[in-house]
Amino acid sequence: MIVPKIIVNNKEVEIEEGMTVLQACELAGAEIPRFCYHERLSIVGNCRMCLVEMEKSPKPIASCAMPATDGMKIKTNTPLVEKARKGVMKFLLANHPLDCPVCDQGGECDLQDQSLFYGHDSSRYTENKRQVKEKYMGPLIKTEMTRCIHCTRCVRFASEIAGIPELGAIGRGEDTEITTYLEKSMESELSANVIDLCPVGALTSKPYAFEARSWELKKTETIDVMDAVGSNIRVDTYGWEVKRILPRVNEDINEEWISDKTRYACDGLLKQRLDTPYIRENGKLQKSSWDKALRLLISKLKLFNSNEVAGLVGDLADLEMIYSFKSFFEKCIGSKNFECRQDRIYINPFERMNYIFNSTINGIEDSDFILLVGTNPRLEATILNARIRKAYIKNRLKIYSIGDPGDLTYPYINLASNTSLIRAIAYGTHEISEKIKKSNKPMIIIGESALYGETGKYIFETLKYFLSKNNFIKENWNALNILTQQASRVGAIDLGVHSINETENFSFFNKLDNDEFRFLYLLGADNICFDKKDKFIVYQGSHGDKGAEIADIILPGAAYTEKNGLFVNLEGKLQTAYKASYPPGDAREDWVIFNDLANMMKKPLDYNNIQSLQESIKKNIQLKINNQINKNNIINFVNDNISIKSIDYYYTNSIARSSKVMNECRQISKKFLFTGIEKAS
Amino acid sequence: MSIKKISKTQPETFEFSKDNLLEAEREIKKYPKNRKASAVIALLFLVQKQNDNWIPLAAIEYVARLLSIPYIQVYEVATFYSMLNLSPVGKYFVQVCTTTPCMMRGAKKIADLCKKHISKDQNKLSENKLCSWTEVECLGACVNAPVMQINQDYYEDLDENKTKEIIQTLQKDKLPTPGSVKNRKNTAPSEGKTTLLEVKNA
Repeated sequence: MIVPKIIVNNKEVEIEEGMTVLQACELAGAEIPRFCYHERLSIVGNCRMCLVEMEKSPKPIASCAMPATDGMKIKTNTPLVEKARKGVMKFLLANHPLDCPVCDQGGECDLQDQSLFYGHDSSRYTENKRQVKEKYMGPLIKTEMTRCIHCTRCVRFASEIAGIPELGAIGRGEDTEITTYLEKSMESELSANVIDLCPVGALTSKPYAFEARSWELKKTETIDVMDAVGSNIRVDTYGWEVKRILPRVNEDINEEWISDKTRYACDGLLKQRLDTPYIRENGKLQKSSWDKALRLLISKLKLFNSNEVAGLVGDLADLEMIYSFKSFFEKCIGSKNFECRQDRIYINPFERMNYIFNSTINGIEDSDFILLVGTNPRLEATILNARIRKAYIKNRLKIYSIGDPGDLTYPYINLASNTSLIRAIAYGTHEISEKIKKSNKPMIIIGESALYGETGKYIFETLKYFLSKNNFIKENWNALNILTQQASRVGAIDLGVHSINETENFSFFNKLDNDEFRFLYLLGADNICFDKKDKFIVYQGSHGDKGAEIADIILPGAAYTEKNGLFVNLEGKLQTAYKASYPPGDAREDWVIFNDLANMMKKPLDYNNIQSLQESIKKNIQLKINNQINKNNIINFVNDNISIKSIDYYYTNSIARSSKVMNECRQISKKFLFTGIEKAS
Repeated sequence: MSIKKISKTQPETFEFSKDNLLEAEREIKKYPKNRKASAVIALLFLVQKQNDNWIPLAAIEYVARLLSIPYIQVYEVATFYSMLNLSPVGKYFVQVCTTTPCMMRGAKKIADLCKKHISKDQNKLSENKLCSWTEVECLGACVNAPVMQINQDYYEDLDENKTKEIIQTLQKDKLPTPGSVKNRKNTAPSEGKTTLLEVKNA
């Protein structure tokens, strides 16, 4: 086969079928200015900034929209090209206000950068500049529509990636305006990505408005903890304050999008913070010193039997925290009563594939059949849902759901929501099981709502048995997927922070409900529901939330942007988060607290610096990965309904609950009934 | 032309009449099932016919539901085309062509008459709330210039007297006979055919 070739500036490059001239030029190392073109959106070719010269063409061509074909001769650096681009730029600037000094996009603006190369020093345009009224788009997006150059990236993002077509260009010609229908707030959980997409300052971030200039901020590349996806983010800080959070490209996880919660929960890092230890005296929490608080903790510990002492790990914990917590419990207290499943779901921890998303997020795009079981990926893992939508757009794959999750931004077929359906699938009496068997790379995604109690055990083990029987759990494709929602979950189970044994899955919670524990150590655990009664409770965490409310001793810890830490995402990928800021006041990094406690108890832990701690964590996880047993359990049928738990999306963890922006979003989202498109009557 | 203003007073609901619903279904059937959205312009025009020449927001939402497309998509179309009005324009909507051929044949005078006898400003209702007028670009009937369009019909070969008569008829809530006021047949010469005499239907 002959590989098609194209000559760019006298340099020959090999191209792939379906490439555009712009992409070919990039391959050849020639940079092409653009506004409307974006790799992940459809091509419209309306900004005309990417003009290049093509041999035998009398006029310059828009390279973003022109398919590259064999033998094309392209020039990108001729006087003609420069003149054409300068002309385009002149038109773009004719109506663009000269307000860069007060524009939040200043310093990271495509128009600003490109006008440096293609802008004229003066304009011959003598008419009045166009004025456009500001539009309301919700609590996250600030608009300054006079600056808009009508690239329609935001419109395409809303309808293509977010899947909720709520932005549009109204009017025509000079009167074109971008808006939502009657200036409604945007409903998508990905809405704020239009801010990054906007090449000018028309759509900017409302919470970040006039907070800082982009060049004054310290930028730290790290990992998000708002859900279990582990989106790659960049945290911008000014001094101690986290000013904003932006996405970072990771093709395997979040591509270049992040959810609104990831982006805007960061103002919660400044509020409700625990900055000093507290001790409850006469029913009231009093400020205390570290020394006093730790001494009290140790003296209280001595009062209880080791089997009366229990610990619960929260949703935002990093591995250092979890591992040092576990070592502290095992070594200093001699107790194995610890748990990480605040939501009390069934998990089979004996093999790694039982609790991770085995097909991987990238794998979704290769899949040809998806069955959702008791999950609403749109709210549980927004970024993953966007990937399912992408796969749907690309392959038009069939998606089925057991349980009704509502609008997922792509069509799916809703099946009945009883466990008898699971039995029918496993026995092969339901049409779905035939469909699964016939597909090449099916995926079954089991969500939290399907994993409660004995029902959860039945559903999980039955589906796993069904998949392995039909040879879908293999080296190169594993169809079994668990959709966890907590950033700490997979890592905590990897490190064995659970009290699950072969016979009992919920022993911890049974003991908790039967009041067998009298001393409870909450490690950032805020989503728990149990009766306090006369339990002595220690809360260690970053925010004064539900856990701190009931605590007798509060130890202030660091939030996820304030420490270096390892996280395992729902696919089981180990990622490192870096320290962008530092804990407020007297708060300390969490593993240091356990180290201090152990030293005070004269039972020092095995490590005394972060490197050796991280090494032993990595060793533990590797052990878990190597441990494959391939065991299937057959469970007796449990008749139950699978109903999808409603999620208070903007309020899922203590950081989000402290955030003012999230609170606003929550208030507005309560008004939404059904999204974007109302069902045809 | 500035962006079209959305009327402040809006009816609560909108629904097609029985006949128009049938018509709408006929329009929708012209396109493949998954391309229903293509019928949007036809449907909006139908709304306009039914609703005294303008489209209320309720109708935009109604059409969107009928075609299972987002509201914003219908809204985009409704704001794009100058043919579609988003605020009340009068039961008799007079559109005076003021493009070059009409202008050369005296469109200015006709516009002045509208100003005098209908309303001072364009797109404002007349005193009895029956009529409104606006200047438009070429209506494509240059041979019979000057021309104006009232609702669905063309009035051609206008002069001042005839225009005045037409407007007065409108003010009485009546629609005058459309076509050339000189009783010309289509675009044939005013004195009758001069060629193709032997062809009956030419």
